[in-house]
Amino acid sequence: MIAVERVTKRYGDKVAVEDLTFTVKPGIVTGFLGPNGAGKSTTMRVMLGLDNPTSGRATVNGRPYRELRAPLHEIGAMLEARAIHTGRSAYHHLVAMAQTHGIGRRRVREVIDLVGLGEVARKRAGGFSLGMGQRLGIAAALLGDPATLILDEPANGLDPEGIRWIRNLLKGLAAEGRTVFVSSHLMAEMAQTAEHLIVIGRGRLIADTSVADFVAQASHGAAVLVRSPQASELRDELAGPDVIVTAREHGLLEVLGLTSAQVGEAAARAGLVLHELVPQQASLEEAFMQMTGGAVEYHAGTPAGPGAEPVKEAV
Amino acid sequence: MSAIASGAARPSLPTRGAGRVTQWNVVRSEWTKLWTLRSTRWSLLVAFVAMAGLGPLVAAVQMGHWANMDPHERLTYDAINTGVGGYHLAQLAIGVLGVLVITGEYSTGMIRSSLMAVPRRLPVLWAKLAVFGFVTFVLMLIAALISFFAVQSIVSQHHVQHSLGDPGALRAVIGVALFLTVLSVLCGGLGAMLRNTAGGIAAFVGLLFVLPGISAILPSSVNDAVSRYLPLNAGVTVASHSFDSAHHLSTWGGFALFCGYAAAAAVGAALVLRRRDA
Repeated sequence: MIAVERVTKRYGDKVAVEDLTFTVKPGIVTGFLGPNGAGKSTTMRVMLGLDNPTSGRATVNGRPYRELRAPLHEIGAMLEARAIHTGRSAYHHLVAMAQTHGIGRRRVREVIDLVGLGEVARKRAGGFSLGMGQRLGIAAALLGDPATLILDEPANGLDPEGIRWIRNLLKGLAAEGRTVFVSSHLMAEMAQTAEHLIVIGRGRLIADTSVADFVAQASHGAAVLVRSPQASELRDELAGPDVIVTAREHGLLEVLGLTSAQVGEAAARAGLVLHELVPQQASLEEAFMQMTGGAVEYHAGTPAGPGAEPVKEAV
Repeated sequence: MSAIASGAARPSLPTRGAGRVTQWNVVRSEWTKLWTLRSTRWSLLVAFVAMAGLGPLVAAVQMGHWANMDPHERLTYDAINTGVGGYHLAQLAIGVLGVLVITGEYSTGMIRSSLMAVPRRLPVLWAKLAVFGFVTFVLMLIAALISFFAVQSIVSQHHVQHSLGDPGALRAVIGVALFLTVLSVLCGGLGAMLRNTAGGIAAFVGLLFVLPGISAILPSSVNDAVSRYLPLNAGVTVASHSFDSAHHLSTWGGFALFCGYAAAAAVGAALVLRRRDA
């Protein structure tokens, strides 16, 4: 289990992570979500002993990473930025990593096959495409066959085939009972793979919740769309102190403040005909944007609010 | 592709716990790292050729001009010094490579992989310095022997050759390898402290070659007082058979001071590596 306890990390005057506390539960995929610049990579670097927290601490199975005697066997990590010498071949990079733990070359060849790099393993890693680089990073993370994996934006820059591969890989790893902690700035990607979510914005914890709860919470107070040939009568029926009804187009109403069940029951009581009754579930991306809207570090021109484009490469 | 995850990961479970991070394991890893970079292999080859080849080249030129040399020069000609003189060129290759062995990891991001595998960090530094120092010593010793014998056979035409058994000859040959080995440690330390290739090379060149130049333009009383303590002047005493004793410490005294500089750089590197974010 990985525990982050009241971690604060400052770089000079800039606060990257502030008083962050959460635990990564074993045996499932936990998504680590936040806009770019939210402090995800910093948090992971603190977890991996690369950066010293200004205060607080992060532990792996109860001990700080720096004190692990055989870290590759306990926790495998792939950082967002490349962490490989560009002049060395993938094979020799992995051999050098493996040797620190006395791991044999058989295992090196195994992980190379596992990530499908067999044909290019002897080539200089500097010439690798982004996708090949990500695969090499994952191969390195799997070298010690660790029970826990930390992956920083593994899907970043991958083509659809690569994204599908990562998704299946993560699911497969979790199915084997491994703990997977994976960061992303894309909510939709997380919804496909993660069971649990840690959401941060501007270095602070915003949510620590299951994906299902996250969506339900975000959808709370969402609109209901109702289409009826008797729209104006229906409008009168629905009127109430906390209810806002707006006509979207002829015969189509948007109702705020009532659930779809309440709208349907009201229509039945009044004997009105409904052609459509659609609860507007917030998309995950919108829910995410709504939640982090105030915590986006870099805005792309206009402030991001609900419904705005996800802030992707705004830096 | 979906079978990838479950396919091969589990059968290898016996590897779990097979090994821990030990200093010896890290040394093996650094040995692999050193030899699996083409740039390192080329740089070592350059250093080897420089160390083995410069002396004979100089000796050949000197013998060609023997008739024009003044009698005092001929009388004091030191074929042992010429035999180990290749260090004048080799020191540049070894120093630059010493810096690069460390800073190359920072410029490429490799250092993060290295420190994730060895989170206590210092074993990586010790292993790097030891592996590169060892390789430097062995290669430079062989190159110095080649150079020594080649030079002696060239200068024998004017009967000024020495044998390895002559006083100070073997000491100079081993000494030049020692000088370059300690230089590699010094430069590795500089690289680890500055974590930047350009900065590390600038520090190496500045400390070794620019400081004596600055010292030389100071009032001669100051220069005489300080120049013998400068790193290069201290270090080369062990790499030479005869030198200007007015501006140098004793052979082993100078070398001890040079070792002190290298040790200081290594300690500084250790402190930086322990404390700073990677």
